[in-house]
Amino acid sequence: MSLEEPEPDEGVIEAAEEVGVTTDGLDYDELAELVGDRLLDREEHVNAEGFVVRPDEVQDVLFDLRDEAGFDHLSCVTAQEYDDRYESIYHLKKYDDPTQELSVVVPSPTDDPRNESANPVYRTADWHEREAYDLVGIEYDDHPDLRRILLPETWQGHPLSQDFDGEEPQIVTLREHANPLQEDHRADDADTMFVNIGPHHPATHGVLHIETVLDGEQVADLEPDIGYLHRCEEQMCQQGTYRHQIMPYPDRWDYISAGILNEWAYARAAEDLADIEVPEYARVVRTMSAELCRIAAHMLAAGTFALDVIGDFTATFMYAVQQRERVQDILEDLTGQRLMFNYLRLGGVAWDVPEPREEFFEKTRDYLDDLPENVREFHNLLTSNEIMQLRTVDTGVLPPEEARSYGATGPVARGSGIDYDLRRDDPYGHYDQLDWDVVTEDGCDNYSRLLVRLREVEQSARIIEQCVDLLEDWPEEDRETQANVPRTLRPDPDTEVYRAVEAAKGELGIYIRSDGTDKPARFKIRSPCFSNLQTLPVMSEGEYIPDMIASLGSLDIVLGEVDR
Amino acid sequence: MSSDNRPSADGTDTQSTQEARLGEGVDSRFNSTLREAFGSTPFILTKFDKFMNWVRGSSMFMLQFGIACCSIEMMHTYAVKHDLDRFGAGVPRASPRQADVIIVPGTICTVSGGPFQEGYNVVKGAEEVIPCDIHVPGCPPRPEALIYGVAKLQERIANGESAPVTVKPYELEQFGDLERDELVEKLADRIDEDDLVMRYNWAESP
Repeated sequence: MSLEEPEPDEGVIEAAEEVGVTTDGLDYDELAELVGDRLLDREEHVNAEGFVVRPDEVQDVLFDLRDEAGFDHLSCVTAQEYDDRYESIYHLKKYDDPTQELSVVVPSPTDDPRNESANPVYRTADWHEREAYDLVGIEYDDHPDLRRILLPETWQGHPLSQDFDGEEPQIVTLREHANPLQEDHRADDADTMFVNIGPHHPATHGVLHIETVLDGEQVADLEPDIGYLHRCEEQMCQQGTYRHQIMPYPDRWDYISAGILNEWAYARAAEDLADIEVPEYARVVRTMSAELCRIAAHMLAAGTFALDVIGDFTATFMYAVQQRERVQDILEDLTGQRLMFNYLRLGGVAWDVPEPREEFFEKTRDYLDDLPENVREFHNLLTSNEIMQLRTVDTGVLPPEEARSYGATGPVARGSGIDYDLRRDDPYGHYDQLDWDVVTEDGCDNYSRLLVRLREVEQSARIIEQCVDLLEDWPEEDRETQANVPRTLRPDPDTEVYRAVEAAKGELGIYIRSDGTDKPARFKIRSPCFSNLQTLPVMSEGEYIPDMIASLGSLDIVLGEVDR
Repeated sequence: MSSDNRPSADGTDTQSTQEARLGEGVDSRFNSTLREAFGSTPFILTKFDKFMNWVRGSSMFMLQFGIACCSIEMMHTYAVKHDLDRFGAGVPRASPRQADVIIVPGTICTVSGGPFQEGYNVVKGAEEVIPCDIHVPGCPPRPEALIYGVAKLQERIANGESAPVTVKPYELEQFGDLERDELVEKLADRIDEDDLVMRYNWAESP
């Protein structure tokens, strides 16, 4: 798939002409030449170089970097406030090679924090910049719809800015909470209808509110309204010490049993920040447990998708839960927890696999032995089910160029034929030494996304099997579960790192800036669901409303991760 | 007067009083174990309230109300392996109008705010908003814990107990010496009627 030439649509560039690409990575000098005298300064981040540009030249620079240098993936927008300035960082990557990274740093003055929006260049910047405005307070010129996104419209202040006082009560007049639709509004000549879907509705997979305008049964306009589950995760992480106090929170971002995958995102970023080398044995244990989590997460995705689309609560959903119970049982043996594992530590894992080891490995193998049969059952029930096919094939189409522009990752991107998987493309853990395949499907529809998930379960099983083999034969004296990490971590001041891993829903990235203390000065979470959910209008506008529900189910969002 | 004077349908004398009362042509499936236990009379004598409490506790419809991580474990409680239905409480209803019980799962983090207690956007416990009967601790509680909570709730309902109204410590301090009417008046005075104000005071709430 990666060899396929991108279609010559707008916004997609030819791989061969990219500026700054050399055989061994990126040549930042050449990129600096491309930016020319718009470049104010160059910063050194742990993961990439940061190019400092003027706030009124953001679009110009980003257009050049996208079209000339091939940075087609705006992974994340981080906003933060320093003592003397505000700063937005645009973390750029390439779908073809995510190790080629570049940060575009945009400072703006404290008294008037504003810079140009990146929205015309990357559609995904829309929500990311709204979030930056909401939490930090930077204004983005040229933004189509700069409103609060996570907090209520009535919120006073920007909670992650320096002058925010959390002790101050939020006082809201009831008038501001008045429901504009309380009275029945009718216009004689209107043939559309406004419908609220959610925030409390079984098909929204949590507390998501979708403002929908219907024309008959077709969706004329649609806007997801998020933020009901905003739990101040970034603030929580900024209050915790690196070594122990942050690790429990990642479990609660993507809470569909995908805890270890999330913990790994934090572990990877913090380990790179503090320069910690993880022992090989611990890397294998991490890989195995992470893939177990992925199976559990994908199983729930398949089960709830069946519930949404064919209303099957009795068979498929129960089978999916049964599978999850077995995985959770294994993970409970390993970590001591069913759901919130808190198993990874900086520099390794909390403890070794439980004794007697043979029993644990046997249990895991038993599960893996049954898995192909069980997955076949899911294929019987779902993918070869005629009703399911009628509902999902060619509905919710997400073209690859749109997926790229919206920063879609994970099974959503892979279901649109984008061959992008950080486990292979930006290797970490033990993945690069194991034998497995990245699953892609070209259908771009709801069916493809389901198929990708079910096929990924099989690949995860392959990975786990190889890990179990490795762990079983590991000599007893080399079973090093943790590196030697100082009790209190104080990374050098002003070190910045952005690192991502392939979580169950896609690219989960963490940006950390240290200020010399034992707590991060800025902790930013790039959640895959946040970007993936942005594609919902593309998939659903003009489609029938039941197809919109199917599309939402196939996106497999977790509101804990969308709202953080 | 005695039954001897009335020959039974099939001409034998082995028919019990119970059978006689059931009458002819009634299927034996109506003879439940419960009826066996009652013996000759199909009636029981109890207080109506007590009976209703028993009924309420034995068939609780749950509001299908999943918010966050806790609802994943809640789903597992309803599904195979744990199967909350065994306890007469396994029918999730999508509308509060049809439901008897709300399980308020995290992340309003129900009992106290949980690990998010210090967050700027988190209500520190559902008790801030609605009265609660049973608190199930855990982040999230295991399915077993939730089942235990449901069983405890059934016990309370069967005993006719209802949710306690909680008075917050600072309220006691402020209004402890006031009569009830006075208290209402005093609280009413604090509301600006032209412009009703809601105060979200995360910091001060206990």
